[in-house]
Amino acid sequence: MKKVRTIRDAFDHGKAFIPFITAGDPDLESTRRFILAMEEAGADLIEIGIPFSDPIAEGIVIQEADIRALASGTTTDRIFDMVADLRRDTDMPLVFMGYLNPVFYYGYERFFTRCEEVGISGVIIPDLPFEEKGECAETAAAHGVDVISMIAPTSEDRIRMIAGEAKGFLYVVSSMGVTGVRSEIRTDLASIIAAIRQATEVPAGIGFGINTPQQAAEMAQLADAVIVGSAIVRLIAEHGREAEPFIRDYVQSMKKAVSRR
Amino acid sequence: MRKGRFGEFGGQYVPETLMNELIRLEEAYQYYKNDPVFVAELDALMKGYAGRPSLLYPAEKMTADLGGAKVYLKREDLNHTGAHKINNCLGQVLLAKKMGKTRVIAETGAGQHGVATATVAALLGMECEVFMGAIDCERQRLNVYRMELLGAKVHPVESGTRVLKDAVNETMREWAGRVDDTHYVLGSVMGPHPFPTIVRDFQSVISREAREQILDLEGELPAAVLACVGGGSNAIGMFYHFIGDSGVRLIGCEAAGEGIDTDRHAATIARGSTGVFHGMKSLFCQNEYGQIAEVYSISAGLDYPGIGPEHAWLHETGRAEYVPVTDEEAVEAFEYLARTEGIICAIESAHAVAYARKLVPTLPKDRSVIICLSGRGDKDVAAIARYRGINLHD
Repeated sequence: MKKVRTIRDAFDHGKAFIPFITAGDPDLESTRRFILAMEEAGADLIEIGIPFSDPIAEGIVIQEADIRALASGTTTDRIFDMVADLRRDTDMPLVFMGYLNPVFYYGYERFFTRCEEVGISGVIIPDLPFEEKGECAETAAAHGVDVISMIAPTSEDRIRMIAGEAKGFLYVVSSMGVTGVRSEIRTDLASIIAAIRQATEVPAGIGFGINTPQQAAEMAQLADAVIVGSAIVRLIAEHGREAEPFIRDYVQSMKKAVSRR
Repeated sequence: MRKGRFGEFGGQYVPETLMNELIRLEEAYQYYKNDPVFVAELDALMKGYAGRPSLLYPAEKMTADLGGAKVYLKREDLNHTGAHKINNCLGQVLLAKKMGKTRVIAETGAGQHGVATATVAALLGMECEVFMGAIDCERQRLNVYRMELLGAKVHPVESGTRVLKDAVNETMREWAGRVDDTHYVLGSVMGPHPFPTIVRDFQSVISREAREQILDLEGELPAAVLACVGGGSNAIGMFYHFIGDSGVRLIGCEAAGEGIDTDRHAATIARGSTGVFHGMKSLFCQNEYGQIAEVYSISAGLDYPGIGPEHAWLHETGRAEYVPVTDEEAVEAFEYLARTEGIICAIESAHAVAYARKLVPTLPKDRSVIICLSGRGDKDVAAIARYRGINLHD
């Protein structure tokens, strides 16, 4: 395995573009190809979704991707195997995004040991808020894995507390509700980012609802990174195993948009 | 014990978007539960609207037939809307109103909690939207119409397995999108803290009354109290004021569907394991990778893959016992109670009646047991007929 670049490295070359993809949709071999294509197209860090039967923070696009992935026989073990395989071809920083139960049930020690072995640098767990971080933060840290915190439009007085202990990067949720493309983002993100800046130097990425290069460019004015999930997953829903050229084009256009000065 | 925990169970495993709202809910609840005005208003609604206290009915024919301990039925089926669900809805919707909310949302399985929420929303002048699995909407069309009559909007949930757990997912998603004016009236002793505590407190009126009633009638505490368990709200209500009475057995009856040795059951205690889902650490039916299992029961109200965290703890500490009851046993008990006592109970409650039929003959005649009859069975008549091979137009 190559020495894996750090999460920090993803943010060291200007504004970062972070795409999300559900592992195993439509199958793990396709996921592997799509990840490499996204890296070539300019992705700085990739979030790999561990599918869950009941993803309560996701909109319909990612819910359906999770169903397709589980139906194709995707398991936590097979995802680790896919990432291990991927590591022969890339040293880019990778993080997992998944719900707590599959991680809990796998066993924290076993899960984070595997993360360290295959070069997963962080985990984003939407149903693990600050108060419950104690579940696995220590075990993760012992294996060099960052538990990445989220900040929401409703976080208000919690921003300082969350940002103060942030590791890796901060995931700023752009809008109320669940993941999925939105035509317009109304949250006052500038003041949220300002509050974060007062508390930490850890980079912040904005995600949820971002779809077009125009939106990506606007978000990149505010934050260190732009995170996009549903728009990519939708391409896979539409084109299945043949989605690679579409994903490549899309990631290229988004990376270009976030890099614009 | 840590805040919001029952042993290791409980907690607040929700997206950050909901955290401040849960904190506000807890603060509001801590304030209003001790506010004499709130307490008096809720008490007046419980008495004047829901029809409390509910009867503790001596089931003499059943007692004579079983030949053991005296059987009492705690008649939650006689409450307005026909189930214990109204106790929690009156409390939560009133609380939501005090918090300045104008809209309530709820999940529902069989439709009883949805109907109770829609009822109280109508009474207190709140907007109401109910999320119900598309399969359950089809199975319980009457309840869908009932909710619409009450002015609620019913959203059939097409995601996932299209039953109760998916309705909970969808209601949480809806709530995360709109917390400013909206309260989520969770229907059972589940979900993130403070819901398991709030719902328990509002349902504990069942055992508060029952304990007084049985002492009046029998002069001593019962040998056992029994209730069916899905998420566990009527059971915790029935158990709560007896938890400190170590001589009283607390027995939860969970849905074994076609049997706990098949894959068609909803027996979380018998077959589940510790996990984190729907905002809480508790016991769940799940596969070897922590994916939540599809569960099954003839009773849509018990068709849930988890159990409230306080039950998980009562099970772990051994204070309460949990037993599986199959569809067949429940249906037989449903028919038995109708014939013996002239009471058509909910198929959920029939799970508790079924286990009582086994337990009561083993207990001495000078002791008593209380079965929580959590709801009435009108909603189940068509399904039971179908189970027996009779097709009714419902």
